[in-house]
Amino acid sequence: MTADTYAGRRPSSDFLRGARQSVPIVLAVVPFGLLFGALAVEHGLSTFEAILMSATLYAGASQMVGIDLFSSRIAPWVVVLSIVAVNFRHVLYSATIGRYLDHWTPLQRAVGFFFLVDPQFAEAERRMERSEPLSFAWYMGLALPVYLCWVGETWLGALFGQLIPDTHTFGIDFILPIYFLALVMSFRKRPLWLPVVAISAVASIIAYRTVGSPWHVSIGALAGVFFGALFTPAKPGKETGI
Amino acid sequence: MSSTFWIIIAGAVLTYFTRAGGHLVLSRFERIHPRVEAGLNAVPAAVLTTLVAPAAMEGGPAEIAALVTGAAISLLGGGMMTIFFVSAGVLIALRQVLG
Repeated sequence: MTADTYAGRRPSSDFLRGARQSVPIVLAVVPFGLLFGALAVEHGLSTFEAILMSATLYAGASQMVGIDLFSSRIAPWVVVLSIVAVNFRHVLYSATIGRYLDHWTPLQRAVGFFFLVDPQFAEAERRMERSEPLSFAWYMGLALPVYLCWVGETWLGALFGQLIPDTHTFGIDFILPIYFLALVMSFRKRPLWLPVVAISAVASIIAYRTVGSPWHVSIGALAGVFFGALFTPAKPGKETGI
Repeated sequence: MSSTFWIIIAGAVLTYFTRAGGHLVLSRFERIHPRVEAGLNAVPAAVLTTLVAPAAMEGGPAEIAALVTGAAISLLGGGMMTIFFVSAGVLIALRQVLG
């Protein structure tokens, strides 16, 4: 990921650079996509519905919550509300990253926001940290492989779900926390990183225990964001933490 | 079309609104207050942490060891792939040993 150069800012090379950076994301998501497809069919969704969900919602955690609720007798609007509750954090991503997208056309923004999943947001933020231009070509180069693999894996998982090995033994159930931890660590140069992480962690754990999932994500996130807003020194640039 | 179909479509439309909405709201303001700016700069650490913390709390020794390994590799300057594969290796190995 240090191979970026400033030579040749053609859209095609930017696209390829993004595609290269998508490799770790694609790998982290593979087992999860297969698992979603398998679980969706197990919960009574058709293969078409499973693929439709991955292709239109494109939000792994909320899709898992969704299929969990489909199989119980819960009012449709409650299922929709639960999906939105899981995805509410994207509002923060959108507001954060939207600040850098003034040079995109409205259509590019409309398309780009569809693909704003957790790793997409994190990679885009890291790119801004390195002061590299956030071009639409780079963004889509990163987004499309992840998206296409996600939809493809859902399809494969739905077809061959019974072949998926024991998710516990192979650590599949814990791959995403590891991946998200790596993302959290990659932002450690930011002001107030350590206290923000600590406060979000404590708040999300308390919320998880009391209010319950999925609200712990929004509650924990807002706690950290408010802390950052209130306590960041007026002149940013000083580093704290490690 | 089944109710499942419409739930998926409604969920997808509203999810898209969450992804476009933050920007749409913020772009209505001419200037962003420095405090808002500081809050937004905390978003990656704040949000991504909430996706790890409860899982870490629920985890046993194998899960904790995997996360500690990942954090240590990151502090030593390891890249995303190194963190990912070594931590997953630690997790799988310890789960075999610890059952």
